[in-house]
Amino acid sequence: MRYSGFKVFLEGLTGNRGWKPAWRDPEPKSDYDVIIIGGGGHGLSTAYYLSKVYGVRNVAVLEKGWLGSGNIGRNTTIIRSNYMLPGNEPFYEFSLKLWEGLEQDFNYNAMISQRSILNLFHSDPQRDAFVRRANAMMLAGADAELADEAQLRRELPFLDFDNARFPIKGGLFQRRGGTVRHDAVAWGYARGADAEGVDIIQNCEVTGFQIENGICKGVQTTKGAINAKKIAVCVAGSSGRVMAMAGMRLPIESHVLQAFVSEGLKPVLPGVITFGAGHFYVSQSDKGGLVFGGDIDAYNSYAQRGNLPVVEDVAEGGMAIMPMIGRARLLRSWGGIMDMSMDGSPFIDKTHIGGLYFNGGWCYGGFKATPASGYCYAHLLAKDEPHPVATEMRLDRFKRGHLIDEKGQGNQPNLH
Amino acid sequence: MIINHPLLGPRDAAEFVYLGDESLIERPDPNAPDAADRFYEYGYLRDNPAGEHKELWYHEQGDRSWLVVTRNTITHQITHVELARDVARAKGRDR
Ligand SMILES: Cc1cc2nc3c(=O)[nH]c(=O)nc-3n(C[C@H](O)[C@H](O)[C@H](O)COP(=O)(O)OP(=O)(O)OC[C@H]3O[C@@H](n4cnc5c(N)ncnc54)[C@H](O)[C@@H]3O)c2cc1C
Repeated sequence: MRYSGFKVFLEGLTGNRGWKPAWRDPEPKSDYDVIIIGGGGHGLSTAYYLSKVYGVRNVAVLEKGWLGSGNIGRNTTIIRSNYMLPGNEPFYEFSLKLWEGLEQDFNYNAMISQRSILNLFHSDPQRDAFVRRANAMMLAGADAELADEAQLRRELPFLDFDNARFPIKGGLFQRRGGTVRHDAVAWGYARGADAEGVDIIQNCEVTGFQIENGICKGVQTTKGAINAKKIAVCVAGSSGRVMAMAGMRLPIESHVLQAFVSEGLKPVLPGVITFGAGHFYVSQSDKGGLVFGGDIDAYNSYAQRGNLPVVEDVAEGGMAIMPMIGRARLLRSWGGIMDMSMDGSPFIDKTHIGGLYFNGGWCYGGFKATPASGYCYAHLLAKDEPHPVATEMRLDRFKRGHLIDEKGQGNQPNLH
Repeated sequence: MIINHPLLGPRDAAEFVYLGDESLIERPDPNAPDAADRFYEYGYLRDNPAGEHKELWYHEQGDRSWLVVTRNTITHQITHVELARDVARAKGRDR
């Protein structure tokens, strides 16, 4: 069924009796060409592009909970392509371009809103670093715009420009950045993949791999054993747990990231604002809530909830840069498990086990990557070679010394 | 989280800095024939378990001792805290 304005109108006249479930709820078959483990954003977009663009038909997505129960339904929905390094920036710009055409492509309203993202700076050296990043972005075909203090005072008069510790001297805009309705991304990709014949199997947890003579031939699940020619792991925060079942140790630690939303307010924020120096970022949802967050909790965790010191830290960051936030009441806070990698960059790669593929290490930035991650993973699965924008995202890059470390922090995952 | 410091008693985890897996105590021998591989594993690969985890915390805003904390990564419950020095000595290290 195609969604359209006309369809909404017609259904309105006929009592809305014609709507059907957006995807089927099939039982697993015994054999597939490709099994994707994890029905988050990346798993579903992989299934979508694998069937639609690369023509692989016999595909299943196995999800241990319900669609959207992982990070795809927990993030703060920011999309952008303001990275710097050659291993990253072309990939994220590819992703932003896919976002721009996504709603037409999968015929679903994902409320993609290019309302801009702004990174604030507070000193000359920080300005220089941002100019360098802006140039790297433009070289990769992205947009970047440097704003001085006077311009920001006009556009965002409510910021604390004369903050004693971090006075605002300007910022780097990416006007094409913005926000997206995160759940709708999962639903849109699920519906699109289902329409191409992909079996999406919820409440089906993978509990083991069937590996014979170094080749992975299938998985054990809570719904029985399922065979496949290729097994594509795509479980974000659960990467360590799942790959341990294949006997693999990863360059990843799992950490919890918290986020917060205020009561609904009239429109006050035009776009996304990040205050990196104070560990705080904020946007306003279409419902009016201020959506904000800061740093990860910084200790290994699989708990999907954090602790008070970070709540305090984020609140202080908000008060420092945007004092009016102190008048808003906090409605909710929650946490999600981040697959923090050793250099802050992700992996889309084969493993040393035949037929077993790995996608993970997205840290706190994998939502924006959802379209490109799926596209590039599908490319790898279909052709057994990396997509041209994902050639650096290899599992063995630490052994070879080819890190993609945007911040230059080294092998300390909680600092990325 | 409250960390029960062996010398100072219960302290707020916010006083500490987190480093990571306890295995970081066991630096490989740089003269071993497979030193490059062992340093790669030491530096970059982690068990990252869901459940009991032994990990290094540094009491930066306190007595600056390193602790080995046994904590459950699913519940955040801390069950055991030792001085890293004692753990290292028990493994045969001189400090
Ligand atoms: C609070 C918060 C804020 C964030 N903000 C942003 C942001 O503003 N911008 C941005 O770009 N990114 C952001 N992120 C990061 C982003 O959400 C993640 O990087 C991204 O969603 C991860 O990919 P995914 O959607 O596939 O993960 P998930 O949705 O977590 O999908 C993984 C799935 O695998 C399933 N699974 C796990 N184990 C098994 C198993 N054994 N068998 C079967 N299935 C299994 C899980 O149930 C889960 O559904 C944020 C994350 C959090 C938590």
